[in-house]
Amino acid sequence: MGLEAKLNKDGFLTTTLDAMISWSRKNSVWPMPMGISCCAIEMMASGDPKYDIARFGSEVMRFTPRQCDLMIVAGTVTYKMSHVVKKIYDQMPDPKWVIAMGACTSSGGMYRSYSVVQGIDQFLPVDIYLAGCPPRPDNLLNALIQIQEKIGRTKAREFQDSLPELPVLQNN
Amino acid sequence: METKELVVNKLKENFSDISFEFSEFRDELSVSFDKKHVVKICKFLKEEPDLEFLLCEDVTAVDWAKRKNRFTVVYHIFSLKHNFRLRLKADIDESDCKVDSVTSVWKTSNWQERETYDMYGIEFNNHPDPRRMYMPEDFEYHPLRKDFPLMGIPGSLPLPKK
Repeated sequence: MGLEAKLNKDGFLTTTLDAMISWSRKNSVWPMPMGISCCAIEMMASGDPKYDIARFGSEVMRFTPRQCDLMIVAGTVTYKMSHVVKKIYDQMPDPKWVIAMGACTSSGGMYRSYSVVQGIDQFLPVDIYLAGCPPRPDNLLNALIQIQEKIGRTKAREFQDSLPELPVLQNN
Repeated sequence: METKELVVNKLKENFSDISFEFSEFRDELSVSFDKKHVVKICKFLKEEPDLEFLLCEDVTAVDWAKRKNRFTVVYHIFSLKHNFRLRLKADIDESDCKVDSVTSVWKTSNWQERETYDMYGIEFNNHPDPRRMYMPEDFEYHPLRKDFPLMGIPGSLPLPKK
């Protein structure tokens, strides 16, 4: 069945480099679990054996932004926290994607208040807005599949080597 | 003797020169007095062997908006000995928005007073670390005051650049 049957006689495939790269990219999305509040619990649940995010190649939740290409912002982002989220996002290598998980990150949610950012798209480029308060794990998996479809449509040359403007650290 | 009567009597006996106002709500006793006596009374309530209010549960405030003495600072203290909770209140006027810190009595009131300062702008004299608790240090307003708009003041909290 499948590839093995077709390739059993020293067969070969022709494809484009773009297709190869985006195929491998989309099936090994490494998430940065930016778990800030209760949505993080559902994000953890999506990694458990019942929902099993490993089926989609995303089980390696890296707790360092330098090894990630998908940021799952799960939870209420306050103005004070927004600088932390942005700093972590800036440390992720290109190309990178963002899921705004839940009502709070997408729009401020029920926290219509002076301290909560009314939608993280005010300072981050968001790819998927995920509804729910909090969204169920299968909902997060749906968002991940949509991200994979989006990555599958990209071309490798879209991402030129460009150094982001890093914030200057000051001794104080 | 019931704890309530004990507290009332002890306060009246030891501070005959201070005018207290006692009130009761849902079986809990409140005591109001002038703000300049706060530290003296708190120290007494904690150190008096018959009372032992060892636990300072909360320091907070109320903004009455249009009242003459705009703020009331409120202390919730608890006696483990009597399993009894007491509420202390002192009025503060906006023109002199200061009250003495009780950190010398209860160490835990350090952060509680910082929170009250952050949210209401009431300053605590002799506080060892008078910084804001929640809001950024360069924030200019006090969010729990009644004249602070719910959605905040635009531009007062900076976002990172996109």
